[in-house]
Amino acid sequence: MTWFFDHLDDVLSRGLQHAYLAGVPLVIGLLIALPLGWLARRYKFLYAPFTAGFGLLYTIPSLALFVILPGFLGIPILDPVNVLVAMTIYTVALLVRTVADGLGAVPDHVQQAATAMGYTRVKRFFAIELPLAVPVISAGMRVAAVSNVSIVSVGTILGINQLGLFFSDGFNRDFYDPLFVGIAACIVLALLFDAVIIVLTRLFTPWLRATGGRA
Amino acid sequence: MIAFDGVTKKFPDGTVAVDSLSLEAPSGKITVLVGPSGCGKTTSLRMINRMIRPTSGTITLDGKDTGRMKESELRRGIGYVIQHAGLFPHRTVLDNVSTVPRLLGMDKTETRKRSMELLERVGLDPAFAKRYPAQLSGGQQQRVGVARALAADPPVMLMDEPFSAVDPVVREQLQDQFLRLQGDLGKTIIFVTHDIDEAIKLGDQVTVLKVGGHLAQMAAPAYLLAHPVDDFVADFVGRDRGYRALSFQATPRLPLAAERTIAMGESAEGVDADWVLVVDDQNHPLGWVEPLRARGAIRTEMLHRGGTVARASGPLRGALDSALSSPSRRGVIVDDSGSLVGTVKAHEVLTAIEQADRPELADPRKPGAPAA
Ligand SMILES: Nc1ncnc2c1ncn2[C@@H]1O[C@H](COP(=O)(O)OP(=O)(O)OP(=O)(O)O)[C@@H](O)[C@H]1O
Ligand SMILES: [Mg+2]
Repeated sequence: MTWFFDHLDDVLSRGLQHAYLAGVPLVIGLLIALPLGWLARRYKFLYAPFTAGFGLLYTIPSLALFVILPGFLGIPILDPVNVLVAMTIYTVALLVRTVADGLGAVPDHVQQAATAMGYTRVKRFFAIELPLAVPVISAGMRVAAVSNVSIVSVGTILGINQLGLFFSDGFNRDFYDPLFVGIAACIVLALLFDAVIIVLTRLFTPWLRATGGRA
Repeated sequence: MIAFDGVTKKFPDGTVAVDSLSLEAPSGKITVLVGPSGCGKTTSLRMINRMIRPTSGTITLDGKDTGRMKESELRRGIGYVIQHAGLFPHRTVLDNVSTVPRLLGMDKTETRKRSMELLERVGLDPAFAKRYPAQLSGGQQQRVGVARALAADPPVMLMDEPFSAVDPVVREQLQDQFLRLQGDLGKTIIFVTHDIDEAIKLGDQVTVLKVGGHLAQMAAPAYLLAHPVDDFVADFVGRDRGYRALSFQATPRLPLAAERTIAMGESAEGVDADWVLVVDDQNHPLGWVEPLRARGAIRTEMLHRGGTVARASGPLRGALDSALSSPSRRGVIVDDSGSLVGTVKAHEVLTAIEQADRPELADPRKPGAPAA
């Protein structure tokens, strides 16, 4: 505990960096997954290749991705952009299927009613399909958030600044206080992300609260 | 007016859902499409607002080919009530009703006001405005569906089995309210149902479709019951069509008998009759009691309520039913305010039926006669 209080500044700054590296890709990944998921729904023949194909990206070992990406992007390996891009890829990998399935869960008669009212395709997406897909997309976001927080710490091996550095500190010195603090901080961060997503979801789905979950 | 001219729909899998259909739905009238499941009713309806594109043939709206109009604009000008209401679950009742006016960019406050009025018109308490669809009963959802279709005041309404998902009592209320509303609004309506009774009750004109999307017969309801064009239509309109046709015949003057009545709370003891009619202080009939069995002052729970009550100015079907359903075999007839005017026996109603003219039989060349 004393170690923790002595190094509070370190914990906070590495925590913030960790949150940045895990959180920003979550938002960018969602923005990329939305049109991809929509396409997978819109054109039936795209559904299987898109969901399976993007899903496969998740199986690329993170370490390999961290090492390969700088070559593609022409940036130094320690550049945070490297991590941001890698985490965005993982987020997209998790979310394309989620978005496609979320949009697919909008009941048929609701879609047809929207068409009959004279919604154009684009307006229908934003006004009807997306809001109704929020609960499913949110569930996928929670998985992606936890996954991102955990994968970012792999950056430790490259020496990228984030909470994982505490693990190597502790391990190298056979001194376990930083190790435990690092683990605890990761868990707290994951819980924080989860809480933010839950609060946002509640804000965007007032009808679910009013009806006790019936929609 | 909506006109189908040789419209055919063949789906990619080869199913012919509608086969060279030609029909006209006159402005300001209710045209009902009725037929067994799978006969192409929904497909026909959806070709009007181009949710489904005809394979061949044209559909015109007041003379304009709908195929040449911009789809989203065409649809905003046509009210559509979808089967099972199809409300947007994430929007409040008020926002659901306001959908099309908002799409058309109408003023927000004005739309709100109009939507609230519409809710009242379709018989919903304004307190429901803030609720979500899942917080409503099926019947209430159907009402919201109708209000939503009416919101932008479109001249044309397409209604796909709007009252099918509710119990018979609520359905009847919705139908009556719908007819009152249409009396005020005079929209051009195409109404789809598979229930021939509903078709006959609501339609100014009834179009019977056969599986495969063939037009079997198009006629006014009374004519349809009297002149089914073939076995299919005859079967479809049902066995008791002779009885149902009485719905369209006004009751002539019946030989009404004065009925001995007693007031609620009085005693029936000593009354020399098998049954005696109990009325309230405004002479509205409440029910029958048997003097031999009713001891003491008459209370509500002692009344026999099996008999129906018919209006003297209503259709003959009501008078006959009132006589048939009455425990005393004397049918109760009331005036328009609901006050008792007398009773009638079944054979007297039958005599009146035998003597009545049957205008629908007189002129077989009447408009709406079978097309082919
Ligand atoms: N997208 C489609 N592809 C192939 N066949 C279809 C399609 N939509 C409808 N059909 C077929 O076309 C026929 C007419 O269907 P439609 O939905 O118009 O029937 P309906 O009269 O509305 O029936 P119901 O009373 O059951 O609603 C049916 O045989 C149906 O199976
Ligand atoms: Mg149908």
